[in-house]
Amino acid sequence: MFGQANVLAQGQAEFPPSVGDFYLPSILPWGAENSYWFTKITAMVWVAVGILIIFFLVSYRKPQLVPTKRQWFAESIYGFVRNNIAVDMIGHAGVRFAPYFTTLFCFILLTNFFAILPFFQISPNSHIAFPAFLAVISYVMFNYVGIRHHGFVKYFKNSLVPPAPWYILPLLIPIELFSTFIVRPFSLAVRLFANMFAGHMLLLVFTLGGFAMLSANVWLAPVSVLSWVMTIALTFLEFLVICLQAYVFTVLTASYVQGALADEH
Amino acid sequence: MFFLAAEGGETTHNPIIPVWQEIVVGLVAFGVLCFVLMKFVFPRMEQTFQARVDAIEGGIKRAEAAQAEANQLLEQYRAQLAEARTDAARIRDDARADAEGIRQDILAKAREESDRVIAAGKEQLQAERATIVRELRTEMGTIAVDLASKIVGESLADEARRKGTVDRFLNGLESTGAR
Repeated sequence: MFGQANVLAQGQAEFPPSVGDFYLPSILPWGAENSYWFTKITAMVWVAVGILIIFFLVSYRKPQLVPTKRQWFAESIYGFVRNNIAVDMIGHAGVRFAPYFTTLFCFILLTNFFAILPFFQISPNSHIAFPAFLAVISYVMFNYVGIRHHGFVKYFKNSLVPPAPWYILPLLIPIELFSTFIVRPFSLAVRLFANMFAGHMLLLVFTLGGFAMLSANVWLAPVSVLSWVMTIALTFLEFLVICLQAYVFTVLTASYVQGALADEH
Repeated sequence: MFFLAAEGGETTHNPIIPVWQEIVVGLVAFGVLCFVLMKFVFPRMEQTFQARVDAIEGGIKRAEAAQAEANQLLEQYRAQLAEARTDAARIRDDARADAEGIRQDILAKAREESDRVIAAGKEQLQAERATIVRELRTEMGTIAVDLASKIVGESLADEARRKGTVDRFLNGLESTGAR
């Protein structure tokens, strides 16, 4: 936040933007380069957690049969994830996963949304640490659920051995192993991270590009304006990506859990 | 590409390598979020949903019960109405029969009365006629005897003979008059 603001204020934007732009100086201790305990990113994570906790606790302090507007809003978020993701993907057994999925969905959605929120303007999910631990939780969860449901041996047999002729199995089993147990957490984490990273990068390119052209040559001012208009358009695109990625992450987690619970391959 | 970008920047961050401090912070923060929401919020939502379902289903059940009761009452009223109708018809028939009976009674009484009156009249007439006939008979006998004695100039001394003669004459008159 501060680094970016400084850069813009002093008109000495570095162009093109680099990965370094994602790693802002620490807040506490102030300005330290390689201290990560309290940065804008971690602060935003805490802010997101605080907002969500306060919102849900306040709106569900006194639940009523006939909901107030705020209670209705909180319920419809939960109802959306519960009915349209958990129950749709897993079936009736999905209801018990709905609380986690809703928490996951809300957390990703809000932290993603920080990417286009004024003064926040970067998503914690553009640092792979956050998508990574969320993906690890999903990975551990679907394996744990599968093992508990089927038992260790049957679970791995279900997951690894597809119903195929025996002579094709030597080919299929390594593929299944690779795709289910190795690629899944990575694809889950990287998909979210890369989307948020690229979105932030795009917005940086067009914003800083406008400044860069303006400072290079005053006659390029109209192009700068065009570049900033593009920033606005891309912000809308980014909003779409934000919602979509939060949804995709949750749906894929639900799908993995469903696969782990499924009786047949 | 990331490596190139990283080298181009002022620091040598690799965006695909997570920063462990961030993982710790994220885990703790997300853990707190999960704990609070999954313990205090979403289970209560499930309860509310359940309560709402119960309320709606209970409402439907109550409505059904009320409907059944209403139907039963309606049947009962209908039965009562039909009963009342038959009662009314019966009472009307009874009344009609009573009226008929009374009319017949009155008629009979009236006829009896008129018969009685007529009979009494006839009797009286008969009696009067008999009286008149008797008086006439005496008077005519006297007159006829007087007239005859005047005409013949001789008084019939024998009462018994005279009476017999007059009676015979009158009887002969009557029998011819009745013919």
